[in-house]
Amino acid sequence: MAVTNYILVCGGTGCESAKADAIYQNLIHASQTEGVSETVQIVKTGCFGFCEQGPIVKILPEDSFYVQVKPEDAEEIIKEHVVKGREVKRLLYNKDNSKKHAKVEDIQFYQKQFRIVLRNCGFINPEDINEYIAREGYAALEKVLFEMTPDDIISELKVSGLKGRGGAGFPTWLKWKFTKDIDDPVKYVVCNADEGDPGAYMDRSTLEGDPHSVLEAMTIAGYTTGANKGYIYIRAEYPLAINRLKLAMEQAREYGLLGENILDSGFSFDVDIRLGAGAFVCGEETALLTSLEGNRGMPKPRPPFPAVKGLWDQPTVINNVETWANIPVIILRGGEWFAKIGTEDSKGTKVFALTGKIRNSGLVEVPMGTTLREIIFDIGGGIANDKEFKAVQTGGPSGGVITKEYLDTPIDYFHLQELGSMMGSGGMIVMDEDDCIVDVTKFYLGFTVDESCGKCSPCRVGGRTLYNILDRITKGKGEMDDIDKMRSVGHAMTKASLCGLGQTAPNPILSTLRYFEKEYHAHIKDKKCPSGKCKELISYYILADKCIGCAACARKCPVAAITGERRKIHRIDQDLCVKCGICYETCKFDAIYVG
Amino acid sequence: MAEQKDTIAFSDELKAYINEWKHKEGNLIMILHKVQQEFKYVPREAADIVAQMTDVPLAKIYGVLTFYHYFKLKKPGKFNIQVCLGTACYLKGADGLIEELENVLGIAEHEVTEDGLFSIEPVRCVGCCGLAPVLVIDDEVYGKVTKDQLPGIIAKYQ
Ligand SMILES: Cc1cc2nc3c(=O)[nH]c(=O)nc-3n(C[C@H](O)[C@H](O)[C@H](O)COP(=O)(O)O)c2cc1C
Ligand code: FES
Repeated sequence: MAVTNYILVCGGTGCESAKADAIYQNLIHASQTEGVSETVQIVKTGCFGFCEQGPIVKILPEDSFYVQVKPEDAEEIIKEHVVKGREVKRLLYNKDNSKKHAKVEDIQFYQKQFRIVLRNCGFINPEDINEYIAREGYAALEKVLFEMTPDDIISELKVSGLKGRGGAGFPTWLKWKFTKDIDDPVKYVVCNADEGDPGAYMDRSTLEGDPHSVLEAMTIAGYTTGANKGYIYIRAEYPLAINRLKLAMEQAREYGLLGENILDSGFSFDVDIRLGAGAFVCGEETALLTSLEGNRGMPKPRPPFPAVKGLWDQPTVINNVETWANIPVIILRGGEWFAKIGTEDSKGTKVFALTGKIRNSGLVEVPMGTTLREIIFDIGGGIANDKEFKAVQTGGPSGGVITKEYLDTPIDYFHLQELGSMMGSGGMIVMDEDDCIVDVTKFYLGFTVDESCGKCSPCRVGGRTLYNILDRITKGKGEMDDIDKMRSVGHAMTKASLCGLGQTAPNPILSTLRYFEKEYHAHIKDKKCPSGKCKELISYYILADKCIGCAACARKCPVAAITGERRKIHRIDQDLCVKCGICYETCKFDAIYVG
Repeated sequence: MAEQKDTIAFSDELKAYINEWKHKEGNLIMILHKVQQEFKYVPREAADIVAQMTDVPLAKIYGVLTFYHYFKLKKPGKFNIQVCLGTACYLKGADGLIEELENVLGIAEHEVTEDGLFSIEPVRCVGCCGLAPVLVIDDEVYGKVTKDQLPGIIAKYQ
């Protein structure tokens, strides 16, 4: 019997943790009990990107997009959709109930997206090499092995304009050329899958959804540069991605696409996995290589660059997961095709992990040059809970904030840097009026201080100094000259730190001072936190005209600071109050005021 | 052999893994991962055994263990509650979740309850930012967690 329906279940980590596996099992079970197991093919795919609405189930050929599916829904999906051909309307995504049938192309979340890196995520079963091959997988490898010289490949990459997606934006072709031009029998290819930026998961989703694309690209780099060995350095926190990679490697070896004498070309290349162990600095390339060698992940001064002297002092090409995932497409479609996408400065697309106070959290891939407004408001659906947009943070702990006035800036390496932020690896964190800029900045500094390896003193001492000042400010103990102090310590760190971690650690401060200096002043001079986040600077009051004396807050107050007779106005004893905010969350009458 | 009750034994699988890996380059971190997988932390005696089996000095092993956050030197609770403190989760109030857990369990971060059942471990981004704030217990991920849900979640493991 021919297969008439394909059911794609999201198997990315986000959905997987929200019971995607149970849904998958239940769908299989239901298809068997309903006697349709021969006509439906049920596949677990990689991340669809629309994580806010997960777990997601998509059914072809109708292209029905079911959201927030529960394991219990599986039976209905099979009985109704597959057996009777009727869509399960209540599970379809429709934002405002205006549309009855939400097809993928109708969903605004996807409309402005353009998928190169995530081309296979959500379309194929990442655990089956045949599905990758069916979508032109390994065709690029075949093409380079039999039709292109290493120089051809490098010039194709040069034409494409591809720059590294791991943060620094270094031209990929140049890196490869450095390594290729060195005459040395032992060279390495490394994939940076350490994804340290907290709040970002682009690389994880790519590896989970399309592991072969990275393996294929690394093999192409091996052929180009003359390396026969590759390593994928991946966070231990990503078990699903690790397993899918391992499986992909096994399958590729079985098919003769990895290992000795690939496709009988005479070229041999193999890949091994090495696990990270939770150190942010190991995302920095020299630290990563030191860690890969089995040591404490301390960075080294550059030059020499890894391309010349890298792993075990041998020439090493190191690229980020997303950079790798672009390579096979560039080889197949050509550098010129790729260069038509994007802006003058930045070609191709970029994947962002859109999170924070956004309505539709998720993974989005857009052409370079898309504006922040399009990403946040059109794709992301705007700010959650109808709050006011305050800022968006890009570049993680090394980046900065961008405010409302600059929402129409086209996103590329150049423009983001001009605004005092950076592309970074693709974390995009949206903040609303309730978020305190000083507090968030302290969060980032806390992160980098925690993660500083301690080797160089500008970073070790400078970072700690900056954190302490911020901590003081959030506690109402800041002084006005703290601002200049932060600027000068920050600039010194930028200049004198050994590696990118310390050089960029002050960026969150310098950038927020640029746009939100007033908010710092409010904390320092007025001893007020305008967004009501810094506990030491706020007090809770009960508004006499709103309190009805229900005593709900008094019952919940953990320190019995709220008193009053029933049906009479209550009050909060400021000396007892620990500012936990429970009264504020409890009151149904908006009678608690934070100020 | 009075010390007998303190000594620990490596499973055959772990021993085989170490023997397989000890000749590979850059193996130490991989071996320590496997040890932690078996014991949920890296006990001192285990580090000794690794040193003996691989000929790597104990000082280097501890150098590596202490550098990386992922490795634990203290035994965690039977159920280690990992609270994500990545940026997305932080903005959505993960610090409040930690405070509330500390209240409910009566322990601080990185401590273990007296009955050995629970410990609290703040972690950095578990990669489910769309579900923020997130906590993970025994590989089970809880998303969009609120403070009120915490007692109920804990009760499931008691
Ligand atoms: C502190 C720090 C952390 C970094 N973390 C990562 C990371 O998690 N993932 C990544 O791919 N690159 C990271 N990088 C960038 C790498 O050093 C390097 O530029 C990148 O792996 C090169 O690959 P690309 O050219 O493909 O971007 C980090 C850099 C610094 C300074
Ligand atoms: S920030 Fe918590 S899962 Fe990413």
